[in-house]
Amino acid sequence: MEFWHFSEQSMHPAWDAIQGPTKVLVDNRHCDPQTAHELYNRYLDEWVIADQLGYNIFVNEHHASANCMSASCLLTLGILARQTKNARLLCLGVPVTNRTDPYRVAEELAMIDVISGGRLEIGLVKASPFELAMSNQSPARIMDRYWEAHDFIVKALTYDGGPFSWEGEFYNYRNVNVWPRPLQQPMPPMWITASGAGTGRKVAQLGYVCATFFNGAGTRPLFEAYKDEYRKTWKRPAPIDRFAYLAITCCGRNEKEVATRFAKMKPYLDVQPRTPKGWTNPPGYESAELNAGALRAGKTGRINFGLPENPSRQDMADGGILFSGTPDQMYDQITKFSDRAGGIGHLLMLAQAGYLAHEETVDSMTLFATEVAPRLREYAREKDMELTEAA
Amino acid sequence: MFIAPLPDHRTIAGAEVEMMIKGTGQPLLFLHAGHGVEPTDPLIDHLAKSYQVIVPSHPGFGASARPEGVDTIDDLAYAYLDLLENLGLTDVVLVGVSFGAWLAAELAIKGSGRFAKVVLIDAVGCKFGDRETRDIADIYATTIEQIPDLFFADHDKAMAALGNLDFKAMSDASVMRFARNREALLLFGWSPTLYNPKLRRRLHRIKVPTLVLWGAQDKVVSPDYGRHYAAAIPGATFEVVEAAGHYGYLEQPEAFGAKIDAFLTA
Repeated sequence: MEFWHFSEQSMHPAWDAIQGPTKVLVDNRHCDPQTAHELYNRYLDEWVIADQLGYNIFVNEHHASANCMSASCLLTLGILARQTKNARLLCLGVPVTNRTDPYRVAEELAMIDVISGGRLEIGLVKASPFELAMSNQSPARIMDRYWEAHDFIVKALTYDGGPFSWEGEFYNYRNVNVWPRPLQQPMPPMWITASGAGTGRKVAQLGYVCATFFNGAGTRPLFEAYKDEYRKTWKRPAPIDRFAYLAITCCGRNEKEVATRFAKMKPYLDVQPRTPKGWTNPPGYESAELNAGALRAGKTGRINFGLPENPSRQDMADGGILFSGTPDQMYDQITKFSDRAGGIGHLLMLAQAGYLAHEETVDSMTLFATEVAPRLREYAREKDMELTEAA
Repeated sequence: MFIAPLPDHRTIAGAEVEMMIKGTGQPLLFLHAGHGVEPTDPLIDHLAKSYQVIVPSHPGFGASARPEGVDTIDDLAYAYLDLLENLGLTDVVLVGVSFGAWLAAELAIKGSGRFAKVVLIDAVGCKFGDRETRDIADIYATTIEQIPDLFFADHDKAMAALGNLDFKAMSDASVMRFARNREALLLFGWSPTLYNPKLRRRLHRIKVPTLVLWGAQDKVVSPDYGRHYAAAIPGATFEVVEAAGHYGYLEQPEAFGAKIDAFLTA
């Protein structure tokens, strides 16, 4: 199992004062630039420490948000490409449906791969629905646009020789010529996020890493679909390193330490869904069939962590949302969840969330890296043999 | 309203499109608003007393298929020119509401010679103000629950027209119509929000008598916006209907019908 340190670079000191949505419409006077300066540097320090502790690095981006001040995951990775030494560098991801210029995306990806000495891992994602308010890109036909951007970026990164032209439905270029080419040839590893079986099958056909976020009980059907499609496409079972899962993680030495840290991280789950109602699911973002079904069922919005009311620490761990505990408890929670999901090869760890302070974050990360990670690596090795030999 | 199917079908640009034809007489093409149309529309019933009213559900809306490659307002306008040619219709009265009025304006500027008169009701489609002032409400930043008070003057009439937004009580087909209409309205109008930057300078090409009708309480596009619209069309007349919102034609169908009658028979 590989471990990826993640943080959303939140402006949590402003949360208390914000009434209503924490995204899209939130007044930017809540974001004090001096506080932002200190926080950005703190979060970057934590990634540098993660590198030293043997973690890989995972970054994201959002826009107009008190939950995530990273306006460009590639800007964050550009800094870390130089400041870290060993970690793999994953952007998960570049919201290509928001970008008007995938050529520029390809250039920036290649540049990061070359500066970092070939440590880049590429995730291209469908933007969150509320991000379309800022990017102004259309929710309609968003997946058609996604796949054209994907195809373009793959060609731009892997094309050897002189320029090529692209005259697509959404993107037009007379002279595509990426300098430099990526250091990892033919191109860096690819990741795609998925929550349902349909996307899972597409990712399997491409052979990319399938990552899923806070998906709980939906994880197993997704991974099962991936495994089925992967076997059909590649004529062999999917290894465990094709499966990635994101949850919040919080480690402490004893019950008291864990409870204190848990209490500081949990507010993330209350603040995160505070999206303006008009932007939770604009028409076109999901299919008309799905939207009609949701209207019939009386559902609005998209984010549902699928937890009971007032979930306990155990509910959160069982649901695959927040793993918290002593090293033994965390090993137990994560292996049980991984078994239920059918095997997880990459644990994406939101290890700073809510109000967890720098010292606590680093202590939790250190404890996990030394006490839990080695045992989970051993667990995953055995699980991988089980997956690939049972076939 | 907006959730019952139209009874007939025609092919437009190779796609099967829902259609209703009511009444006899001079042909009148009725282009519906962005949230759709249905057979019991009272303004259509009124017009059908004097005209052969032809009411398609636009390609991509309701249960109409969206042909490959039709994804802009211009594509829709050309699809309708194809339809008029196929039906062999000339001397057509063109009536459009809201998004349908934008489509009517895009049709009327194309010089087909097929239109006798044009009626634009609470139209969108043009930009008149400065770059930092929105002319048209951002209907895409709203929830379904905000539709009644944004699009209508009277909340109760709105809820009646919208089936009380009680989707659980509707059939699957009706909810699907509602979802498809919202998606198509977004596809054709997302950005620039519900306008074509070129249209304002092309409106002078409408050479036939034109009536621009507006709801006094329109919160999507104000009556002042309507006055700009009328002023850009040579010889167009502008009239306001009281106690009517953006979808005022559903709230005051008699008043809208009377003003259209007066214009068409003048």
